[in-house]
Amino acid sequence: MNMPLLTVENLQLSFADEPVIKGISFNIYKGETFALVGESGSGKSLAALSVIRLHPAQATLQADSIQFAEIDILRTPEAELCTVRGQRVAMIFQDPMSSLNPVMSIGQQIAETIQLHFSLTKRLCTAKVLQLLEQVGIPDASRRINEYPHQLSGGQRQRVMIAIALAGEPDLLIADEPTTALDVTIQAQILKLLKNIQQENGMALWLISHDLALVSNMADRVAVMQSGRIVEAADNNQIFSHAQHQYTQTLLDALPDINYSAEHEKLPTPAILKLTGFKVYYPIRKGLFKRVVDHVKAVDDVSFTLQVGKTLALVGESGCGKTSLGKGLLNLIPSTAGQVEFAGVDLASLSQEELRAQRSAMQIVFQDPFAAMNPRMLILDIIAEGIRTLQPDIDTQECITTVSALLKQVGLDETALYRYPHEFSGGQKQRICIARALAVKPRLIVCDEPTSALDVSVQKQIIELLKHLQKTENISYLFITHDLAVVAEIADEIAVMYQGKIVEYGTVDQVLRHAKHPYTQKLLSAVPVLMQ
Amino acid sequence: MIILWTDALIYILIAIVTLLFFSLRGKQHFVRPWKKISHNRTAMVALVFLVFFLVIGLLDSIHFRPTNSQNNDIISVLDYWVNPIRLKQEKSYSAPFSANLYSKELIMNSGQAPYWGYPRLEYGGRHLSDVQAQKAGDILAKATLGFLKGIAVIFILFYAYHLLWQRTFFSNKAVNTIFATLFFLVSSSYMLLELTTYYHVMGTDKVGEDVFYQTIKSIRTGLVIGSLTTLIMLPLAIVFGILAGFFRGWVDDIIQYIYTTLNSIPGVLLIAASILMVQVYMANHQEQFTSLVARADMRLLFLCLILGVTSWTGLCRMLRAETLKIREMEYVQAAQALGVPRRVILYRHILPNVIHIVLISVVLDFSSLVLAEAVLSYVNIGVDPTTYSWGNMINGARLEMAREPVVWWSLAASFLFMFTLVLAANLFADSVRDAFDPRRVQS
Repeated sequence: MNMPLLTVENLQLSFADEPVIKGISFNIYKGETFALVGESGSGKSLAALSVIRLHPAQATLQADSIQFAEIDILRTPEAELCTVRGQRVAMIFQDPMSSLNPVMSIGQQIAETIQLHFSLTKRLCTAKVLQLLEQVGIPDASRRINEYPHQLSGGQRQRVMIAIALAGEPDLLIADEPTTALDVTIQAQILKLLKNIQQENGMALWLISHDLALVSNMADRVAVMQSGRIVEAADNNQIFSHAQHQYTQTLLDALPDINYSAEHEKLPTPAILKLTGFKVYYPIRKGLFKRVVDHVKAVDDVSFTLQVGKTLALVGESGCGKTSLGKGLLNLIPSTAGQVEFAGVDLASLSQEELRAQRSAMQIVFQDPFAAMNPRMLILDIIAEGIRTLQPDIDTQECITTVSALLKQVGLDETALYRYPHEFSGGQKQRICIARALAVKPRLIVCDEPTSALDVSVQKQIIELLKHLQKTENISYLFITHDLAVVAEIADEIAVMYQGKIVEYGTVDQVLRHAKHPYTQKLLSAVPVLMQ
Repeated sequence: MIILWTDALIYILIAIVTLLFFSLRGKQHFVRPWKKISHNRTAMVALVFLVFFLVIGLLDSIHFRPTNSQNNDIISVLDYWVNPIRLKQEKSYSAPFSANLYSKELIMNSGQAPYWGYPRLEYGGRHLSDVQAQKAGDILAKATLGFLKGIAVIFILFYAYHLLWQRTFFSNKAVNTIFATLFFLVSSSYMLLELTTYYHVMGTDKVGEDVFYQTIKSIRTGLVIGSLTTLIMLPLAIVFGILAGFFRGWVDDIIQYIYTTLNSIPGVLLIAASILMVQVYMANHQEQFTSLVARADMRLLFLCLILGVTSWTGLCRMLRAETLKIREMEYVQAAQALGVPRRVILYRHILPNVIHIVLISVVLDFSSLVLAEAVLSYVNIGVDPTTYSWGNMINGARLEMAREPVVWWSLAASFLFMFTLVLAANLFADSVRDAFDPRRVQS
């Protein structure tokens, strides 16, 4: 092969004597896709930032050499580096919401980068912006050029980000989790776009991701990073078929498999939850007196039945109304119409006070464990809150014993009792959230994307925990997710939601392997599958 | 003993704080942050300063009628204690440590022809026969004497500490810091006390009153305005802000309506009106306000009240916005799913998560209130002109700034004390906020 475009040797980064990156070395060649894979906190994003010396100011960077083409990054003065960034090396970040300036039109933002690197007249510059927008596949570019970020969808914003990155005609494009915040179908489009552009321009693509399946579809070479070290680096096909390092194997094992099927079909059981014609509308208010002029139909006429001790997965992309359905079910947001029958009782017939007593039977576990716990309460108080609400005069010692037992049940020990939520990792926090839900002995838990904020290996553990609890406590789950692969592992039945309606409903086998609705088929085809 | 209205409120405030302290003493998650604060040297220094100011303010809040008084005066323990400075009134301005008046006068000496010169002060530096030759040495000697007394007191304190607590709440490092600060404070106060007996250490004002005495007396006014106003403002802001943010709908509409209306009335107008009302009331009920001090106190109380009523809107608005944010947090929804009653959610989930805003704005308000008092005194609707306050001092000094040579000491003295108090309060509140924020705890 030819000379490497980027050579990094023994890169180290530390925060106040605490090393985050412990000496990594790699090369990226012209025109190839290099993927750096690792779980959160492994230092992969910091590695990308350090390479163009954009690491946080309080961190200290050390390396034997960082050579980009003819430039020695370590010894180039800051002012000169500015011309390298953007023009030679461009970056795309994870969150397109916060990476774009909300008060500038997208045309201005792209033009800004162009004018920074090329001296073009205004007209030529506009032409170039249009060309870029067309290249990244934004339809009707001449109209869109004057629009603001909030007028675009998430996928379009990420396309604009890519257009900005391409504006300097870089030799190397660093894509830091470019699709993590996006839906699967859009993810597939963006990845295809990146691949196309790479083939057109011949630039090198450095892909940073936690998603092994995605990487297996995209990359030429893969490096696996674990707590600041590259533990394994090899060609794509080699690493996925013959993983050498144990950590890589763990990661691969932890990947949820869409072809997974439960060992045996569970016997039919009585229904615990029966939904008929359920609707959640959000009113759109306008005018001086805030009259209701229209409704956003978040959940539109949904009916399904969930059986005792089984899991119904509610699958759909963001904005399809699946979270509104979950919250409307628990009465956390008001529902517009429909009948909810829980364990044979129609919830609408209950009084306010009876409903509050009923609440403990239905619990919820949220997507973001970081926001789901009051940061100023001890774990003991967080978990005990439900117990104390149900039995206001419970003895303190008894309460502590119960909470300890719950913690043990979710795989934590008693030392957690007197600590605050921020002292725990994401997976541990999610365990605590599950313990909080379990504390009131619910019969149904609504799991609202409980694993999407977590790493694959942690995701696997949480799913195992949920399955185990279902077996021992006979709890039913309404499992809300966008990830079809996870669904295959946990669900008994699947309901696919699209624009507020359930478009396909059936057993796992029916939906995943014999999908009838075109939307389900589209979803399934967009899921990245590990290439071996 | 006579209890004025503001005195009573201060006692109640102290009682509340003491009760809180004893009820929270055993609670794990309250003891831990305080332990952390006790390890923070800046916080400890600030705390010692604050307590020092507080003690002076408290001494000044115990009023009584002296037995041997000819008139109807009410004085405080502090007044009694610093009696020598209080009663040593000169004729007019004199510079710090000066033995002469600040302006020339026609001096009549028996047996001599009258001439223009700087007459000797009645009290300041009276004991010196030859001012030029003796003054510097005398000041040094007196200062040293005061310093030594201070050291003696500190030494006794330190010894007592060792005898009483072998093992204490504070770590050794913190104790050292506390003693170093105490050493500075006690020795300099003793030095000042020793010197004030012979000199006017911060000069005298227009009517010849000792400026140091005025500054010391102003501490109480500053503390009262800062703390009582906050006490009135806080419940209004917290209750209305959180209710508006949590319940939204018509509750929010009404509360917003109240505070926008209140906000659109110029604060000065309201204050002027209420102060006028108090004055009319006092004029109609003269039998209730027999002494100057009682009248001034009534006015101070009303000033606090009306300042509190006009200043809660800003904090209320912030708390409403923050509550709007927090009520959508998932932990609030989780609590709802658990069937926790709404009042408990408000108390347990919302309130603790907005308290840092309260704490920060209380401290900022504390300093701005002390300053607001100065502005209000300027338009004659602040504290009573007979009340000693930094605002009144600055106001008086303002007129003399154009004078040549300039009379700077009133301004400097009030600035120094105000600055120290506000800075100490800010630094302490900073570390309290940090310590109570569980996300910042390092362990």
